Amino acid sequence: MKSINVKVLLKASPIWIFILFELVFFSVAGSYLSLSDKAFMDVDNMLLLLKQSAPIGIIAMGMAIIMINGNIDLSVGATFAIAAIVLLETMSSPMFEGLGDWVIPIAWGAALLVGTLLGAINGLIAWKTGVDAFIVTLGSMLGFRGLVFMFNGENPTSHLNWTLVDFAEAQFLGLHTATWFLLVVTAAIWYLMNRTVHGRNAYAIGNNREAAVNAGIRVGPHMMINFMLIGFLAALSAVVFYSESGSVNPNDGQLYELWIITAVVLGGTKLTGGSGSILSTLGGVIAIQLLRKGLGHIGADTSTVNLVIGSILILVLFLDRQINIKGREELKV
Amino acid sequence: MNTPTPVLRLENIVKTFPGVRALDGVSLSVLPGEVHALMGENGAGKSTLMKVLGGIHQPDEGQVIVNERPVVMNGPLEAKALGIVFIHQELSLAEELSVAENVYLGELPTKGFGRVDWHELYQKTDAILAKLKVGFDAKTLVKDLSIANQQMVEIARALTVEAKVVIFDEPTASLTDAEKRVLFDVISDLQANDVGVVYISHRMEEIFKITDRISVLRDGQYQGSVATKDTDEEGVTQMMIGRKLDLTRKESNHELGKIALEVRNLSSGKAFNDVSFQVRSGEVVGFYGLVGAGRTEIAETLFGLRNKSSGEILLNGEVIDVKSPRDAIEKGISLVPEDRKGQGLVLGMNCRDNMTLPQVDDITAGPFVAEGAEIAIFDQYRDSLDIRTPGWKQDVGNLSGGNQQKIVIAKWLSMKPNVLIVDEPTRGIDVGSKSEIHKLLRKLASKGLAVIVISSEMPEVMHVSDRIVAMYSGRVTRTFECGEVTEDNLVQAISGVSKLA
Ligand SMILES: Nc1ncnc2c1ncn2[C@@H]1O[C@H](COP(=O)(O)OP(=O)(O)OP(=O)(O)O)[C@@H](O)[C@H]1O
Ligand SMILES: [Mg+2]
Repeated sequence: MKSINVKVLLKASPIWIFILFELVFFSVAGSYLSLSDKAFMDVDNMLLLLKQSAPIGIIAMGMAIIMINGNIDLSVGATFAIAAIVLLETMSSPMFEGLGDWVIPIAWGAALLVGTLLGAINGLIAWKTGVDAFIVTLGSMLGFRGLVFMFNGENPTSHLNWTLVDFAEAQFLGLHTATWFLLVVTAAIWYLMNRTVHGRNAYAIGNNREAAVNAGIRVGPHMMINFMLIGFLAALSAVVFYSESGSVNPNDGQLYELWIITAVVLGGTKLTGGSGSILSTLGGVIAIQLLRKGLGHIGADTSTVNLVIGSILILVLFLDRQINIKGREELKV
Repeated sequence: MNTPTPVLRLENIVKTFPGVRALDGVSLSVLPGEVHALMGENGAGKSTLMKVLGGIHQPDEGQVIVNERPVVMNGPLEAKALGIVFIHQELSLAEELSVAENVYLGELPTKGFGRVDWHELYQKTDAILAKLKVGFDAKTLVKDLSIANQQMVEIARALTVEAKVVIFDEPTASLTDAEKRVLFDVISDLQANDVGVVYISHRMEEIFKITDRISVLRDGQYQGSVATKDTDEEGVTQMMIGRKLDLTRKESNHELGKIALEVRNLSSGKAFNDVSFQVRSGEVVGFYGLVGAGRTEIAETLFGLRNKSSGEILLNGEVIDVKSPRDAIEKGISLVPEDRKGQGLVLGMNCRDNMTLPQVDDITAGPFVAEGAEIAIFDQYRDSLDIRTPGWKQDVGNLSGGNQQKIVIAKWLSMKPNVLIVDEPTRGIDVGSKSEIHKLLRKLASKGLAVIVISSEMPEVMHVSDRIVAMYSGRVTRTFECGEVTEDNLVQAISGVSKLA
């Protein structure tokens, strides 16, 4: 009896249970190993953790809809870097010198526009050529990154605007600006996927493309919109992050796509598309951030962190398979 | 008598695919309020013709005329807007979504800014489901439904618009008798409202029960139409395959061998309980019962797909434990599964590779797969099962529904098993090939195989079996020896009337 309840619970919200487990584990392990005199579950620490989740989290929301739709986008890290350069370049451009802080909305707008455009390029190519999104975005990942290096060589692009820094460091109801962005994006994407025709059609396409086509759903435009959205979100993530940091290295955002896909998969979205939950994706993002922070807290180095996260990902996929098999008791794997 | 104007006419439709002329100048008309059967062998072009009608394929040549106006349809929604609704042969559902979303797939009701009007969606869907008398509601996820109920979701789509023409492409292939009755009620309702119904099926008894007219295709060519009351099974078969069918069962008087498979008090969870039976080599044992009686589950257990909760399985007198399908295959047990699309085929792979998939390890030359041997196997079964494909390179996904089935059957026959279990072997298969498959099963038995045939079609079990095991709700109600079975006592046995015998 007990074991069945656990299974039901695991099926309903596995990622949140996992997060709970992480919290307990790191608190206990942290105090037991007494490597750090600060408690892990300290409020400030947790708020900081949410803030640090934001850059990846905002993009992960876009990745969730792309994957639910049955595609994948490997170019988000490069898009993130390009948007960051556009942001900082616009702000330091002599063209807008006389505008004072009014340059901020212009720079934001420019970065977001460029991000959306890059996404549109991905979507359009995948739609019109019929080439798999994996290949298309693998190409654009390399291409976009090339653009970043062409722009400024190996040098960082920098510009700090103190108004923006103040804005980014502000806390409202305790949560940082970046966290608010993450929450608002999550809510908006949740609404999009659960309440609008576009969202429901995206699920249908990812779930059974042929059935969707048979029902007259136009697969191409939906895919296009989703790629524009993820491009926009990658730029938004850059805007939020670089408003505070003010300096972008040409290598920034590298491997983001992998962290993001890991977070989305941890959140229960199927690689084959058609199913996945936005709230669980948020859970996946937080779980990964917790792992990174928690392992640091108990003294593990970066390579150990990567090893652990990799193993956990595989374990999660395996468990998911075990739990979701048809006719649980009698049917075998 | 003046004939009413057709709601729909097709004129000289031609449709070709690479290597196949699927439709070759087909003309057809559908009158308001008639049920029009479209018949033909597997691969004759029925589904293709209907896909042209449903806006999914564009014809290469010819005209579609709706209400005496020529139309061009560039997609299923345009066809639907003209009042043409198409219920597909293969389930065409997004399983992770709710029933309501599937019924209105492609045209969810909205309330501005692209927001779904859930209230309206659920209300409309529940109203349709009530008409269909199904036991689930609009919010149920499709993946939680049985295949039969999923088929009912497809059928619900026919009732979402004011249809002028509704096309049913083999709707009854996986329905139980009760659901069939509901479907036929739906069809006669449509008929009463002057909707033209096109009905595709390989089941003769249905055709003669509900249709008014029969049109026949053969190899993509139109063979003519006849009023149903003016013809009979033999006449239709003649039109379809160009010859008469030999339906006699040739009694090969081969000796029955030892008991090959024995099952003692086998149970598996709630699926079936305390089941015992024996199959000798050289014998065909039919399992008859309603959909859901537990027959498929027994097969799954014998094939290592399902765990038994108690009981014993004996193969050639020895107790065995079947751990997995691989294990079963090694022991000489094969299963042709019921859900062929889901369990039996890799749709994106070609015909030959699908057929030889389970034995690819055995037909090797050095480290490589022996192509010649593979093609030889393919050729042999293409001929004996009359599989219609331009060649072994064709992707299975491009074959007609019935020909896909034949590939799966060939796949397991080519394994040369000792015990062969076939689950609904002729579902979706045309009359000609049906009798070929029956003959083949008998022939395999005469060569010493032990054969188990699971079927929901009474003529089929009575025709192929030496003995019949009747099941009702997870239990064996009676075992009939050859000769003692009649339609009456068989029906009783599977409906739970004549309790445990
Ligand atoms: N998309 C496609 N690509 C290539 N060939 C196709 C395609 N669709 C159908 N065909 C071919 O067209 C022919 C007619 O197929 P169709 O599905 O219309 O047959 P059918 O009469 O419905 O048969 P069944 O009774 O088996 O369902 C077959 O030879 C099939 O292989
Ligand atoms: Mg067909």
